[in-house]
Amino acid sequence: MSRIGVFVCHCGENISATVDCHKVAETCAKVPGVVHSVDYKYMCSDPGQNLIREAIKEKNLTGVVVAACSPRMHEPTFRRTCADSGLNPFLCEMANLREHCSWVHEKNDVTTEKAIDLVRILVEKVKRNKPLFPIKVPVTKTALVLGGGIAGIQAALDIANSGHKVIMVERDPSIGGHMSQLSETFPTLDCSQCILTPRMVEVAQHPNITLYTYSELESLDGFIGNFKVKIRKKARCVDEKLCTGCGLCTQKCPNKKIPSEFNTGLGTRTAIYVPFPQAVPNKPVIDKANCTYFQKGKCKLCEKICPTQAIRYDQQDEIISVDVGGIVLATGFNVLDTDFFPEYGYGKYKDVINGLQFERLASASGPTLGVMKRPSDGKTPETIVFIACAGSRDSAKGIEYCSKICCMYTAKHAMLYKHKVHHGKAYVFYMDIRAGGKMYEEFVRRAIEEDGVSYIRGRVSRIYEKNGKLIVKGADTLLGAQPMEIEADMVVLATAGVANAGAEELAQKLHVSYDPYHFFAEAHPKLRPVETNTAGIFLAGACQAPRDIPETVAQASGAASKVAALFSQDELTREPLIAVVHRTAPPIYSSCVGCFICQSACPYQAIEKEEIRTRDGKLIKTVAKVNPGLCQGCGTCVALCRSKSIDLQGYSHEQVYAEVISLLNRGEESNVGI
Amino acid sequence: MSEFEPKIVAFVCNWCTYAGADLTGTSRIKYAPNVRVIRFPCTGRIDFMLLLKAFANGADGIIVSGCHPNDCHYTSGNFHARRRWMVFRSLMDFIGIDVRRVHFAWISAAEGAKWAEFVNSVTADIKKLGPNENYQRLMDAGIA
Repeated sequence: MSRIGVFVCHCGENISATVDCHKVAETCAKVPGVVHSVDYKYMCSDPGQNLIREAIKEKNLTGVVVAACSPRMHEPTFRRTCADSGLNPFLCEMANLREHCSWVHEKNDVTTEKAIDLVRILVEKVKRNKPLFPIKVPVTKTALVLGGGIAGIQAALDIANSGHKVIMVERDPSIGGHMSQLSETFPTLDCSQCILTPRMVEVAQHPNITLYTYSELESLDGFIGNFKVKIRKKARCVDEKLCTGCGLCTQKCPNKKIPSEFNTGLGTRTAIYVPFPQAVPNKPVIDKANCTYFQKGKCKLCEKICPTQAIRYDQQDEIISVDVGGIVLATGFNVLDTDFFPEYGYGKYKDVINGLQFERLASASGPTLGVMKRPSDGKTPETIVFIACAGSRDSAKGIEYCSKICCMYTAKHAMLYKHKVHHGKAYVFYMDIRAGGKMYEEFVRRAIEEDGVSYIRGRVSRIYEKNGKLIVKGADTLLGAQPMEIEADMVVLATAGVANAGAEELAQKLHVSYDPYHFFAEAHPKLRPVETNTAGIFLAGACQAPRDIPETVAQASGAASKVAALFSQDELTREPLIAVVHRTAPPIYSSCVGCFICQSACPYQAIEKEEIRTRDGKLIKTVAKVNPGLCQGCGTCVALCRSKSIDLQGYSHEQVYAEVISLLNRGEESNVGI
Repeated sequence: MSEFEPKIVAFVCNWCTYAGADLTGTSRIKYAPNVRVIRFPCTGRIDFMLLLKAFANGADGIIVSGCHPNDCHYTSGNFHARRRWMVFRSLMDFIGIDVRRVHFAWISAAEGAKWAEFVNSVTADIKKLGPNENYQRLMDAGIA
């Protein structure tokens, strides 16, 4: 038999001003099952809490209803109070007499009556509450970092430096990402590689980091603290243990005319290649699609020349299985494709390039060794036009967002150009200048005022070639939309930053949600910016939205600290308010019929299949099973289950039906489940 | 005879509407006292059998309210609730409960004023419809 205690709080006058608290306590004392009912000025104060503690002991209470403020405010307080006296905290419920009653209604009998109802329904609920115990889940203290750009590098180093093992997976043959392609970085104009490559080396040499380059995520199973990951290590066709990185093979390879990805097609590479001289690891890969041996069956020059016999033409992809506890997603972004700009002639005119290509042209390690030469004929461009918002903030191109980095890198590009071609003319067409960031606005002003870059507010409608010049047709909206034509030698488009091509597929593999633009979605845009909706998976960098290096690094460190916090405990403790599948003794075993509608509805992939077998292994039935590590307790499966075989702890059928029935049948005890 | 005061049961989710109703309180916005809130983790948890049970026990009106689409704390629970509600409407029609007795809404944790307006408008609507008598008559006669 239930022995319920009701504790009605006046909250000073907050509740008692409109609700007759004494009457509430008196009336509730008569509800069957209630053995103790009192009111007090401040229940949350020490003396108030003592009233509860003492009553639990003296009256041997089996449940407590505190009628006070919102449970969103003080539920943890009163549950702790109960736990202090040895009552399971989940046997305590709160009736919301303040936010839902006294503060929103006038002082009269109706308000007091409502207050009584609110307490009554929770008395009926709490009679059916069951003691629940926190769920403990072990934690594998190894992190997986997907992506070896600056975001991944920062996250991996931070986690590794906090003493935990890290596995880094990079799709390309080298880590470094887009940052390694950049010439100089705003707003300080320090050389990108100079600040990045030491970190790349640190990753490779860190005792806590295992690096898999030229590898991709094959599959992911499990849940927070207990992920099971399969990594596909693509065949490099080079034995990494034997290869010394001497580079003889890349010099001798006869196939030298392949557009280099690292140089964004502006330079060439060989079929066996290292993406760039500072690559980490400095081990070549064979590009099978362009290798003479793989395409025509003969050549093998690299094998002949290799002093350590490291070439392995027959190497196969390898699947590596690892267990990890947390994952940082740092897969980065891409720039918009060429075919988006027919009106700008991108892809048609060689001297219309994108921002990333300009980075390579301006870079000392680039195809022109940093000398400003245009791609078509190698001449120095005397007049250059930069077009900001090429694709961004343009619903016609399907990209309504601001790519955020372009204003700054366009200013930087114009500045770099002016530093290299002193007499040249640089024009920037822009919509707005968005230079929010430390020293950013000053940087843009410097480009305009010190380096004499001409900023024109307006958009470009068309670019066409005439007499060897690129005619840029635009308008200056600050001069009454006056049409403008500039004869340029080169045009640079600040193309929108977009999600990687495989982002959607990867998100599905990881069960991470993504936005309409295929960027990964954070759990909360303001308060949980580095977490995903899947517990244990965190975000860093431009895979979430376009962002610059300082922000990326900050977010990566944020994600790393989340992982470190996760790894600071040996076991995770979770609230037990989760779904459970009905189980019973043979011969029924469970009322679950195995339809698995629950599985299709669960947003967390928390529903698994459980096979019930006889001792000799014969299958009796397959039923649903909730993984307590994954279940977040939303209860969607519970409402869907047709055989009513799944129930939600803390909001069970018995509890909620009792609430509804008792609410509508005043003075009568609901007999649900009792 | 005093004015008919309808009994309205509100099934709300913990993260949006319950918190929104808390905000109504914190903002001291007054509204009709006819509604009794029952808290759920998510509208996705709301088994529509509960609504039938409430009607069978004499509720005059029902509110189901949760997070706005795409704002669900559990990603997609509110979409399941919406889908279920679409189906449930036809069932109500079929079994003869006036569809106007159930109000489905999205009220976020920031929409305290909206909760008050919503409760008032639902209360006024249900008052116009009058008591949910069809079933009540049978209950009073001791049949149902």
